[in-house]
Amino acid sequence: MKTRIRDVGGVRVLDLEGKITIGSGDVELRKSIEDAVTSGHNNILLNLQKVTHIDSSGIGEMVGCFTTMARKGGKMKLLNLTPKINDILQVTQLITVFDVYDSEPDALQSFKS
Amino acid sequence: MMLYFARMAREARLQLLSAYENIELAQRVLGELCGSAEIDDETTYWVGMALREALANAIKHGNKLSSEKRVLVHMLVVDGQLQIEVEDEGDGFDPSCLQDPTSPGNLLRSSGRGVFYMHQFMDEVNFCAGELGGTRVELRKQIGARRES
Repeated sequence: MKTRIRDVGGVRVLDLEGKITIGSGDVELRKSIEDAVTSGHNNILLNLQKVTHIDSSGIGEMVGCFTTMARKGGKMKLLNLTPKINDILQVTQLITVFDVYDSEPDALQSFKS
Repeated sequence: MMLYFARMAREARLQLLSAYENIELAQRVLGELCGSAEIDDETTYWVGMALREALANAIKHGNKLSSEKRVLVHMLVVDGQLQIEVEDEGDGFDPSCLQDPTSPGNLLRSSGRGVFYMHQFMDEVNFCAGELGGTRVELRKQIGARRES
């Protein structure tokens, strides 16, 4: 998995690309989020537009990071779900847990409210 | 590292070491098998995800990442059905112990969704004792024709 890091208006945006799967992308995702929190970012937006595969381990990391952020008083939101990732979140009903956006400006604005 | 590989037109057998990178290898072989059998791209994607979950369980929970334990994979297209078997050398597994990951109390757990996803992506999922003493998971999916683009 490749990760591009952007800081936009106080939000750490992670543009993820490739696979978030066991043994590789899942660990990298956790590290990227840990790095963001360590550097003082409490608002994180995961852009999943270019993520091709996410398995149960990747989903588990996302859930773990979501709850960790919430405990620290921060927020983690999702941007640009592909149809397949949307399906994966739907079947496990996690779509009801995450804040999901199709537009980056809308997502960034939501952190301000 | 792959220990053994045999592939015919509609069948493949793999012997894999317990390393996550071998999941990629196995998914690639499955993709080629599905291509040979003219299985549509959507089905190929989801059965590939189910295979990934089965292999992850075998490597992590079955063989506990032991470099001395193998994972056997058998893929077969027959009678309009894709059949996949994944067998580990672990201590066995009781699927009745699994909890529903969609129940409110489990929704925010960071694990426990792999078998659930297998059931979602395949038509049939069975667990039984394998010949190596571990667990064998059998996955089955009715297959459709490749869509014309």
